[in-house]
Amino acid sequence: MGVRLVKGNDAAVIGALYAGCDAYFGYPITPASEIAHTAAKLFPRLGRVFVQAECETASINMVYGAAAAGKLSMTGSSGPGISLMQEGMSFLAASELPCVVVDVVRAGPGLGNIGPEQSDYNQMVKGGGHGNYRNLVLAPASVQEMCDFMIWGFDLAFRYRNPVVILADAVIGQMVEPLVLPERVAPPPDTRAWAVQGTAETRANVVTSIFLDFEVLEALNRRLAEKYARAAADAAAENWRTEDADVVFVAYGVSSRIARSAVDELRRVGVRAGLFRPKTLFPFPGEALNAIARRPGMRLVVAELSDGQFRDEVLMATRFACPVSLLSRMGGNLFSVEDAMAAAQTAAGDVA
Amino acid sequence: MSTHPQSQRRLHAKGFYDEFPRKGGTASRATHYCAGCGHGLLHKLIAEAMHDFGLQDRAILISPVGCAVFGYYYFDCGNVQAAHGRAPAVGAALARCLPEAVVLSYQGDGDLGSIGLNQTLQAANRGERMAVFFVNNAVYGMTGGQMAPTTLAGQKTVTTPNGRDVETTGHPLHLCELINTLPAPVYIERCLLTTPANIQKARRAVRKAMEIQRDRRGYAFVEFLSPCPTNLHLSPLDAAKFVDEEMAREFPPGCLRDRTAEVAARPAPPPLEPLTPADIEAVLDKCVAVPAPPGLDPDFGTIRIKMAGFGGQGVLSYGMMVAGAGLADGRHVSWFPSYGPEQRGGTANCSAVISGSAIGSPVLSHLQVLVAFNQPALDRFARDVEADGLILYDSCLAEKPTTTTARALGVPASRLAIEAGLPKAANTAMLAALACSGACRVASERFSDMLAQTFAGKPALIAANRRVFAAATEWCQANLRPE
Ligand SMILES: Cc1ncc(C[n+]2csc(CCOP(=O)(O)OP(=O)(O)O)c2C)c(N)n1
Repeated sequence: MGVRLVKGNDAAVIGALYAGCDAYFGYPITPASEIAHTAAKLFPRLGRVFVQAECETASINMVYGAAAAGKLSMTGSSGPGISLMQEGMSFLAASELPCVVVDVVRAGPGLGNIGPEQSDYNQMVKGGGHGNYRNLVLAPASVQEMCDFMIWGFDLAFRYRNPVVILADAVIGQMVEPLVLPERVAPPPDTRAWAVQGTAETRANVVTSIFLDFEVLEALNRRLAEKYARAAADAAAENWRTEDADVVFVAYGVSSRIARSAVDELRRVGVRAGLFRPKTLFPFPGEALNAIARRPGMRLVVAELSDGQFRDEVLMATRFACPVSLLSRMGGNLFSVEDAMAAAQTAAGDVA
Repeated sequence: MSTHPQSQRRLHAKGFYDEFPRKGGTASRATHYCAGCGHGLLHKLIAEAMHDFGLQDRAILISPVGCAVFGYYYFDCGNVQAAHGRAPAVGAALARCLPEAVVLSYQGDGDLGSIGLNQTLQAANRGERMAVFFVNNAVYGMTGGQMAPTTLAGQKTVTTPNGRDVETTGHPLHLCELINTLPAPVYIERCLLTTPANIQKARRAVRKAMEIQRDRRGYAFVEFLSPCPTNLHLSPLDAAKFVDEEMAREFPPGCLRDRTAEVAARPAPPPLEPLTPADIEAVLDKCVAVPAPPGLDPDFGTIRIKMAGFGGQGVLSYGMMVAGAGLADGRHVSWFPSYGPEQRGGTANCSAVISGSAIGSPVLSHLQVLVAFNQPALDRFARDVEADGLILYDSCLAEKPTTTTARALGVPASRLAIEAGLPKAANTAMLAALACSGACRVASERFSDMLAQTFAGKPALIAANRRVFAAATEWCQANLRPE
C-alpha cells in the first residue's frame, strides 16, 4: 500500500499484474527494455509466464498463442519492434483475440534514435497491419497512468476481444514519479466460450482468421466496424482549464505534460489557455473536442512530437470548425514550455 | 489452392470430425486435398494417434499457412490457425500457458524452413513442449508450386523454370539435420509418405511424437517426405516415386535422435491461483514509499534540479534520493534519467523536480540547482542554471565556474568521502551539501533518511554512508555561508 517512486516502464508491469496478466513475451529495445527486465523479475516469481522471444515477430505471435488460450498476455516494444509486430496484430484483430501491447515510442523513421517521439501515431491508431481493423489505443501521460491504463487496457481488450495499445513515449516510459498501487487485482475473465485451452469444454473452439467465403469475410469486417463504433462509448479525455479558454492545446502523452505547464504560465500572463488531453486515441473523444472547437473565437494548438499525424485527426474530428495550428518537434527533441506559450500566443493573435 | 472437387478424397478416421461443416460446400465428408497428396494421409495418422492415446480433449492442433491451413476442418480437438511460419511461437505460448495441453504444430517446408526458420530453430532450441509434424513436399503447394527451401537441385518449379540452380538459389535445406545440432529436442525422425511399409514407419513416428507429448517429455520433430502430384505435374504414382527415389536420396530417412528413455515424463504443475495485492506487493522492489500522495501547495513553487557526472559516480541514484526526499516531505516529484547508449558512454545525468503542485514536463531546460560531479558536467550544464540559481560542484574534480552569475559552491566531496572511509560515497557527501544548502526547501533529515532506503539491501553500507553524510554536513556548516 501507500505511494512509491516507480519508473513508467516498471509501472506498466505492475499494472499488468494487478490486471491479472498471465504472460509476458518480449524482445529488448530501448527505451522499452525495462518492461522486459521487470517482467523477467516479477512474472516467474508469481508463477506467471515470461519468455524472451527471439524477435518481435515471435513476441507478437506468442501473444497470439496465449490470447488464443484465453490468457491475459502482453508485450512491450518501441519503433522498429512495433513495426515487426504489425502482421501479428492484424491476425489478433481478425481472430478477435485480446492482448495489450505497450509501445514506448522512440524517434524514427528507420533506426532513428532512442529519444522521445510520438510518431507511431498513424501506425498504432490508424492500423499498421493489413486489412480493416483498429487497435484500441490508450495514451498515458504519467507513471500512474502507465499502471492504471494496463488494467483499463486488459478490461477493454477482453470486453471487445481486440488488441489494445498503450501508446506511451520515451519520457513517460523512463521517468519516475509517485505511484499509488491499485487496491485490487482484477478477476480473471471467463474465456471458455471462445478460447482453445486443451480441455473437453473448449475442444470445439477454433481460432482462425481465414475466411474463403467473400460474404463471410465481409460480415466479419462489418462486425468489427460495429464493434469499433460501439467502442466510442469508452472514449475519454481530460480537460484542464478549458471552461473559459480562448486557445486550447490538444496534446497527449509527454506533449500534454509540457502543454499543461504552458497553460499555467499563460494564465499567469493573462492568456486564457486550456488543454484538451485525450486519454483514448482510438476511440477518439471527438465529440468532446468538437464542443470546444465550436465555441466562437476558439483557436486550437495541436502539440505533438510528430509531423502533424495527430493534427490530422484533430482536423478531421473538428471538421475545420476553428483554426488549428501545429506545434511539433521531432528527432528526439521536445518543445519547451516557452515554445508552447509562443505557439498559443501566436494562435490567439496575441503576439506581444 | 489446388482444390479439384473431382479429386477430393473421402477421409475419415478416428480423431476426425464425423463431417466437415467448417469446410462448407457439398461434399461434407471429403477433404480439400488433391488426389495423391501426402497431407491427407498424414492428417489421418495424426488424428488416429491423438484418438488412440485419448488426447483429443488435451490436444491443440496449430494449422499453418500452406495447403494444411484448414487443418481445423478435420481434426476433432482444439484448433488454432497461425500466421505464415509462426506456428512455433504460437505453440510455445500455448504450451507454456496451458501445462495440461498437448500442442501439435503442423507445418509445410515453406512455412517451417523458409519464412519461419528462425522460429523453428528457436523453439527447438528452447525445447518447447510440442510435436512438430513437418511436411516436406519440395515445393510451395498452396501458392502454386514455387521453389521451397527443400526443392531439389535442378528441380523445375514456377520460380526455377530452368531447374534449381544451387549456385544462385542455395542448396536444399536439411531441417532434421539442422535441428539435430541442438541439444534440447527429445526426438527427431524423417519418414516417407509413400509405400505401405514407409507409411507404417511414419505411423510409428507419429505415435512416438504423440506419446512424448502425452507424457510432457519435450520437443519432438518428425519430417515427412510427401508427394505433391499437382505441383510436380506428375501422376500420384509418379509423384510417390519421385519422393522415394529423388527426395529420399537428398533427405535420407531414419531416426536421427531418440532420447525418450532418457528424459523423464513430467507431471503438469498445479493450476495457478489468481493473484492478490499482497502477492504482488511481496515481490515489488523495496523503494521510497510514503503513506499518502502529495497534496497541493502552489506557494511552494517548483524546484528543478540537474545532477551530472561520470557513469559510476552514483548520479542517477543521487537524483532518486533527491526525488525521494521531496516525496517524503509531501511534495510532488519527478525524476528523469539520461538513458541508453549515452549512459554507457561514460557520462550520466538526470533531472529531478520538486513541486507544490502537479508537475508538467520532467525534462528540464532552466535549472534552479545544478549538482556537478565533474568538470564536463559543469561545462555542459552551468549555462542552464538561472541567474539566481545554485551550482554545487565537487571541488576535487572541477574548477569554480566563471561564466555564470549563479552562486557556485565547491564541496570537496571526493576528499570528504575518502576521509570518512568510503571513497565511493562522494555522492553522499554531495547529498549532504544539497541538504545543507536548503535549495530544495526540503527538511535536511529527509535526505539522510534516503540513505537507509537506498542501501536497504546492503545494511553495512547504511552506517558508512551516514558517516560520510555527517562529516560532509559538518564541513558544510563550517565552510558554506548561509544565503
Ligand atoms: C507473410 C506471408 N507471405 C506469403 C504468404 C503466401 N503463402 C501462402 S502459403 C505459402 C507457401 C506454403 O508452402 P509450404 O509451407 O511449403 O506448404 P504447402 O502449401 O506446400 O503445404 C505462401 C508463400 C502468406 N500467406 N503470408
